[in-house]
Amino acid sequence: MPTVNLTVNGKAVSANVEARTLLVNLLREQLGLTGTHVGCDTSQCGACVVHVDGKSVKACTLLAVQANGSKVTTIEGLASGDKLHPMQEAFREHHGLQCGFCTPGMVMSAVCLAQNHPNLTEKDVREGLEGNLCRCTGYHNIVQAVLAGAQAMRR
Amino acid sequence: MYEFAYHRPSSLADAAKLILEAGDNGKLMAGGQTLIPTMKQRLASPGTVVDLGALKDLAGIKVEGNAVAIGATTTHAAVAASKDVQAKIKALAELAEGIGDRQVRHLGTIGGSIANNDPAADYPAAVLGLGATITTNQRKIAADEFFKGLFETALKPGEIITAVGFPVPEKAAYMKFRNPASRYAIVGVFVAKTAGGVRVAVTGAGQGGVFRVPDMEKALAGNFSAKAIEGVKVAATSLNADIHASAEYRAHLIGVMARRAVTAAG
Repeated sequence: MPTVNLTVNGKAVSANVEARTLLVNLLREQLGLTGTHVGCDTSQCGACVVHVDGKSVKACTLLAVQANGSKVTTIEGLASGDKLHPMQEAFREHHGLQCGFCTPGMVMSAVCLAQNHPNLTEKDVREGLEGNLCRCTGYHNIVQAVLAGAQAMRR
Repeated sequence: MYEFAYHRPSSLADAAKLILEAGDNGKLMAGGQTLIPTMKQRLASPGTVVDLGALKDLAGIKVEGNAVAIGATTTHAAVAASKDVQAKIKALAELAEGIGDRQVRHLGTIGGSIANNDPAADYPAAVLGLGATITTNQRKIAADEFFKGLFETALKPGEIITAVGFPVPEKAAYMKFRNPASRYAIVGVFVAKTAGGVRVAVTGAGQGGVFRVPDMEKALAGNFSAKAIEGVKVAATSLNADIHASAEYRAHLIGVMARRAVTAAG
């Protein structure tokens, strides 16, 4: 079985995987990082979004072996101890979630979006979250949360 | 997903050898944004996957005289963000920005898109509409010779796309009518005025994939304006019909998108 070496949330990890093992399965099943969700299994919903080398990607649409040698950040890697990341805090503050299933993917997409756009507009956020589906909130509060979170990240 | 043998070669020659050895049972993978979902649904079950991800030389964008060369494994996000592409062929940067979603654009590649030749993909419209040249590890192929039908191209066994060269047009624009749910093109039209003449390429609509519309090209050659193609009808007979749009509706949309593209090209 192929061995993959990754840096996950700042820690070096090594794991034996099948070639067909998806990154999301390695994270959830072998590394116990169950914050990254699988919502659809058809690469559409974005609940599994993580950062690979600083870019938001769908962990269900990337083989673990493809990510060999990469730096991976999951939702568990955002907070510093008990202090939430500004984007997480903004989701809480602005009621950007209801059931919370899509939230890890939303937050990871939003953080990457904010890092790449110094002055996010509402239009940027709505377009930028095109690959993240929420079945509860109707998106409005999510958009408000991302705008506030992006602003807080700049401070 | 079924099991498969995985290779991540470090040279183009090794990649060509491995995919040739795998024969019909092998698949090249660049970003994997189409191949992996297809394998997950067991619509594809290659015995061998040759991952081009380690071939860093295949990614990158270069301006070469009056053309822009885009490496095969350059991601859609990189094309969309490229100052060179934005300056030389804005329509192409905008098209790349409109593919899939941000996460797909971070991994999906131009070479993967055109090698797959999905009838609803965006890039084939730009490649055919701009009269691009596809460079492989074996030869150069003109866009007009490259797209052969649904999911079919002129690529031979062991042949790997290395770059796509786009001539810089005088004017160009791409307009697509998206499926409101999937966001794929129901109809997409790329219009370009180039040194070699006007070209109009349509994706999303043809039963055989991307195609040109010679009647519109002739009308626009004399008068590059939306008005010039108002009377040009595209026959519905060879167009797709599905639950999203009838062939007649697609024929109508081709006219609408073409006129909008001409207007946007200015």
